[in-house]
Amino acid sequence: MSKTQPPLLPISTHGLSLTVQGRALLDNLNCHLSGSGITLIMGPNGAGKSLLLRCLHGLIETPAGMVRFAGEPLNAEIRYDQAMVFQHPVLLRRSVEANLRFVLGYRNTNPNHTVDALLARVGLSEKTKQPARLLSGGEQQRLALARALACTPRILFLDEPTASLDPASVFLIEKLVCEARDQGTKVLFISHDIGQAKRLAEDVLFIHRGRVAEHTPASTFFTSPESEAAKAYLSGDIVL
Amino acid sequence: MITDAFVEAGRLLIRFDAELMEILALSMQVSSLALLISVVIGLPVGALLAISRFPGRRIAITVLNALLGLPPVVVGLLVYLMLSRSGPLGVLGLLYTPTAMVIAQVVLITPIIGALSCQVIEDLHHEYDAQFQSLSVPRTTAVLAYLWDARYSLITAVLAGFGRAISEVGAVIIVGGNIDHLTRVMTTAIALETSKGELAIALALGIILLSIALIVNAVVMILKTQAKRMAYV
Repeated sequence: MSKTQPPLLPISTHGLSLTVQGRALLDNLNCHLSGSGITLIMGPNGAGKSLLLRCLHGLIETPAGMVRFAGEPLNAEIRYDQAMVFQHPVLLRRSVEANLRFVLGYRNTNPNHTVDALLARVGLSEKTKQPARLLSGGEQQRLALARALACTPRILFLDEPTASLDPASVFLIEKLVCEARDQGTKVLFISHDIGQAKRLAEDVLFIHRGRVAEHTPASTFFTSPESEAAKAYLSGDIVL
Repeated sequence: MITDAFVEAGRLLIRFDAELMEILALSMQVSSLALLISVVIGLPVGALLAISRFPGRRIAITVLNALLGLPPVVVGLLVYLMLSRSGPLGVLGLLYTPTAMVIAQVVLITPIIGALSCQVIEDLHHEYDAQFQSLSVPRTTAVLAYLWDARYSLITAVLAGFGRAISEVGAVIIVGGNIDHLTRVMTTAIALETSKGELAIALALGIILLSIALIVNAVVMILKTQAKRMAYV
């Protein structure tokens, strides 16, 4: 990554709010993510984790509040430096290699990013010509991750990328995410898997009812969480 | 009498009767050209309506959908008024020429291709939009991607347009005039020969028309089956 690029950290939100049909999905959400590495976003279903990621990525415009990257509001340039992998990968109705070639065709910023290299990286070299939508769930998610990495993102948003996947795919995806982190990519990773969070997280942003319940280093979060919601969540209670 | 007409129609078809072939060739020429023009206009319009957001978009889509049911004779009448000597395009002298028939068919089938492609691409847009935004896909690239990824469904739309064009009679008879060796196409010839009691020619042309419809549908089915096997639809 070029050193001349403007910084994107810290990522911060102020008073982020979104109400749909009288229900506050995001409720004055404030956060400040200054560290590099992997931030795990945790919280019960419906807490607002995916919405937060979508707001940070500019997929949803919130009527109230603001999002800042190194003090700058989200714009096309910052968006260009981001990539996102969704829980359910959206792949083009084409072959595996055509899915990657599509992205590389208009935004190949890294000469090392060739179709073959990317597919080898995600373990799909043998499936080059296969229709992408006939891949298994884990393979589809790996292809989606390869496509995101092809964008050479400086910020990578991952919305439960390993939910319902087989252990081998989970292992490979975690390895790729760690590699991206080691190359300087800031990763925001949503997961319900506490084991996975312990393996990957540098810090944890715990969201409950549309607000940040706590944001602490991973070591602190798993040993002595501050909020009652996080304590209940970690102890396996059902948190609503 | 009907049996005799069928036998004679078979004979005409087997010996590739020159008159039949001339009518068939002109029909294919007119409808293919109309289809080509309609595809060039209809697909991009359908795609842009599907993915653009502007005031009045819903109204535009509603109007386009309403045009699906355009009565051919009304289209024929409108094109006639435009091309007639006293009309705004009368100076071009296109009335009662194959070009006038192409224009009428374009007016008739462009809404079909536009509306169907709009629907197909709108569905795909719902699926791809967040991902394309995430990947910062340029607008032109996105439109081309929609057209390509929806290709199997769009082929159905295009062939539906062709089916409508080749089987249409009301508009082309008004603007073409059904002139022998000049503007006589299959449908107008069938109408004329039936009225004259020349059932053999009418039946032979009818068989050709039905065969074309069957071939078009078979092609659609084969393509769709292939696409489904590849999870491309």
